[in-house]
Amino acid sequence: MIHPLLLLEHFKKLLEPFHITGAGADAIIYTWVVIALLLVVSMLATRNIKTIPSGFQNFVEVVVDTIEKMIVDNMGEQGRRFFPLIATLALFILVSNLIGLVPGFYPPTANLNTTAACAIVVFLATHIVGIKEHGFHYVKHFMGPIWWLSPIMFFIEVIGHMSRPLSLSLRLFGNMNGHELVLMVFFGLAPFFAPLPMMLMGVLVSFIQSFVFMLLAMIYIQGSVEEAH
Amino acid sequence: MSFFTVCVIVAGIGMCLAAIGTGFAQGFAIRGAVEGVARNPSASGKILTTMMIGLAMIESLAIYVLVISLILLFANPYKDIVIKMAETVAK
Repeated sequence: MIHPLLLLEHFKKLLEPFHITGAGADAIIYTWVVIALLLVVSMLATRNIKTIPSGFQNFVEVVVDTIEKMIVDNMGEQGRRFFPLIATLALFILVSNLIGLVPGFYPPTANLNTTAACAIVVFLATHIVGIKEHGFHYVKHFMGPIWWLSPIMFFIEVIGHMSRPLSLSLRLFGNMNGHELVLMVFFGLAPFFAPLPMMLMGVLVSFIQSFVFMLLAMIYIQGSVEEAH
Repeated sequence: MSFFTVCVIVAGIGMCLAAIGTGFAQGFAIRGAVEGVARNPSASGKILTTMMIGLAMIESLAIYVLVISLILLFANPYKDIVIKMAETVAK
């Protein structure tokens, strides 16, 4: 499943003093690879910005523009403030899903720790935004529509909010890890051409899962921004 | 039957049931979306987004079962206890 790239093996030794070995170390190292890739791409794209974009700048502008349009479609004009958070999550998850299709690379999102980190960031962001927006009245979001039902509604709402990071992280992890396992099984059966259709499906799954993660993050933040009814 | 055989069978049956339920549910969801697009093609963008969210929600149910199956197969919490019990029985 994981190719022993020599450079990455060296990085793996750096993590040994922290008692991080095995799958966790792989996830961390490939997260570093993704971070480096995104940094280099964004540095190359913004090195000399022109008013009339050409070449590489054009491509990155299309990507950023698409994400921005999606945010404005789903959250309205006021959603532009959350563009940095949501676009970062979307790009990071998309690139780390797609990196798993390169032979020898391991998608960091196939480890529960990475996806849980992303989901907890979204979870904290929704509540911080809600408290900033409404102050103490944010409690009303948990109280439901009828006042005498609020003691029951409160617990149901709290359970609902707690299940959000769980489902966000488990969905991404399950999809990517399942895909990785299926590839491994097919590769064990017949190394030539048998895993190819599954890899083709992996492209689809990567795009859809990052899209879904982004969409759900937007909906959760939007839900805490708007007024309780 | 040994403990681990039962684990493998349960993982298979659970995944099977989850796939049946998720398949039916996603089929209904897609049917609704396709009917909506056929009636009003200009609303296809919004319908697609809503359908995607719904499909992701439905799919996560199957993913939960997949995670539980993976736990049963690869990270069984009772593995050590069962092995210890089997050793004592063997003695």
